[in-house]
Amino acid sequence: MATGTLLPMTRIDNKPRQEATGAKSAVTVRGLVKHYGETKALDGVDLDVHEGTVLGVLGPNGAGKTTLVRVLSTLITPDAGQATVAGYDVLKQPRQLRRVIGLTGQYASVDEKLPGWENLYMIGRLLDLPRKDARRRADELLERFSLTEAAKRPASTYSGGMRRRLDLAASMIGQPAVLYLDEPTTGLDPRTRNEVWHEVKRMVADGATVLLTTQYMEEAEQLASELTVIDRGKVIASGRIDELKARVGGRTLRIRPVDPLELRPLAGMLDELGLTGLAASAVDTETGTVLVPILSDEQLTAVVGAVTARGITISSISTELPSLDEVFLSLTGHKASAPQDAAPARAYEEVSA
Amino acid sequence: MSTAVVEAPLAVKGDSRISPRAHARHIGALVRRNLLWIRQDPESMFDAVLMPVIFTLLFVYVFGGSIGQSLGGGQHKYVQYVVPGLMAMMGMNIATAVGTGFNQDFQTGVMDRFRTLPIGQGSVLFAKIVVELMRMLVATTILMIVGVLVGFDITNWPGLFAAVGLATLFGSALMWIFLVLGVTMKNAQSVQAMGFLVLMPLQFGSSIFSPTGTMPGWLQNFTDYNPLSSLADAARGLMVGGPVTHDLWVTLGWTAALTVVMAPIAIHKFRTKN
Repeated sequence: MATGTLLPMTRIDNKPRQEATGAKSAVTVRGLVKHYGETKALDGVDLDVHEGTVLGVLGPNGAGKTTLVRVLSTLITPDAGQATVAGYDVLKQPRQLRRVIGLTGQYASVDEKLPGWENLYMIGRLLDLPRKDARRRADELLERFSLTEAAKRPASTYSGGMRRRLDLAASMIGQPAVLYLDEPTTGLDPRTRNEVWHEVKRMVADGATVLLTTQYMEEAEQLASELTVIDRGKVIASGRIDELKARVGGRTLRIRPVDPLELRPLAGMLDELGLTGLAASAVDTETGTVLVPILSDEQLTAVVGAVTARGITISSISTELPSLDEVFLSLTGHKASAPQDAAPARAYEEVSA
Repeated sequence: MSTAVVEAPLAVKGDSRISPRAHARHIGALVRRNLLWIRQDPESMFDAVLMPVIFTLLFVYVFGGSIGQSLGGGQHKYVQYVVPGLMAMMGMNIATAVGTGFNQDFQTGVMDRFRTLPIGQGSVLFAKIVVELMRMLVATTILMIVGVLVGFDITNWPGLFAAVGLATLFGSALMWIFLVLGVTMKNAQSVQAMGFLVLMPLQFGSSIFSPTGTMPGWLQNFTDYNPLSSLADAARGLMVGGPVTHDLWVTLGWTAALTVVMAPIAIHKFRTKN
């Protein structure tokens, strides 16, 4: 898909991404369904995670993210659909599949009564490492995740961030081909969250393939290269993060005239000329800028031309992508953090169709 | 070492079978975990250590005189009667604790980790049983020491070991029941309450503490079919002499039946718990 870079907007749909980079698909999910009575936790989910990439699965509470991860890690059986991880079928080859995955859940899945080192050694042994290798691997990973000093203390005495790091270390023991991070920073304070992000980025830099679920836009933006947005068990959009943003809100052009008195005349002129996108331009007096929503490069060029023609001197000009919160709002019709029941059902139909 | 991630996975891929040696290794690693818990929290051994002391002293000194008399002797006679019975009781009490312990274990995320590892799905349960059987042996040893101190006469060492073996075997069968309860029920308190409800009638409606001859007919019917009576009577026969064969077979039958029925249920529930 060489055209993807030229026309980023054409690439946003809920179809599995074509092999743009030539990378193989490490996780392939097709038509996955899991219902709990009336609740459709997964209602026909398709997605792909390519080798060596991070796919962010973004959605509000109850969107089906954790159900997805639990199906992909063989903890629950789907009602319908298919999923393979590193070529192994979740239903037919659960044991082989368990060999190639690592899971870090929303709740730290370590044994809190055991010291950090013992946790890692135990998992090494359960993964069939010989004693010597299990010991070495436990030492290595504790060092890597800066936990060597706490190696002998029970995990219950660890801080939230240390526990999450131990959890990540535990997931890495078998050197999994695919790592699931299920809301890895939910409930952590900002400093601890940065610690976890730092570790995840290192893992990704080392070539890990990651499926990351999150309800934080910022987290997806920080860690993921591609994004699948799900809501009420359905994929409502997927694609590269910047593509998604461009698709949803266009861009915002921010112009700062040298003379603040020019702000309002400038905004008025652009509106009169009909050069703005979906909404009228706005004045941000705090930063002394005019914000102009734009939809295309032609529009951007026309705005710059009009400003020049009017002879307004400007000190800065920049374009911004909308925040992921805005992306989610326009895709689903409700905020990501809001309860989902208030959402208008048809707001995203055109996107998922 | 940060390059470790890009190395080929250490584990052999593609092989779905788990060899017996691998099973033993997995269970060993999980047993080690449970033993480390005990080292971390020695108080968790209190029940195994104190229960045999308290129960032996209570029963021998409270009921010993009067029941002993009806047995045609005195307290010393009752000691010979009740110590094998207490051995049968011990397994039941420890088995209840398996349920609560396992339930609490499930409240943490670590069970999810175990269930996503390429190990036999029964390994976690087997390891739990191995450790609890160890606790049971500790409790039995203490029971025997206290028993001897209050006058139990060990006349038949092979018989004693056979009785311990039988009680251990039956205890492991009981543990499967409580593992099912532990996996199924919502919280540890309900498991405990349920365990207590089962425990009391089974223990007291048996020949563990006193002969059943003076009980009303309907209760005798119950005690006759109560596997704990069979175990207690078999242990008694093995340790102090008397008829053994019938009760031994009944106990072994119960052990086999409970295990065959409950173990697959426990493993299935463990594997499919949401």
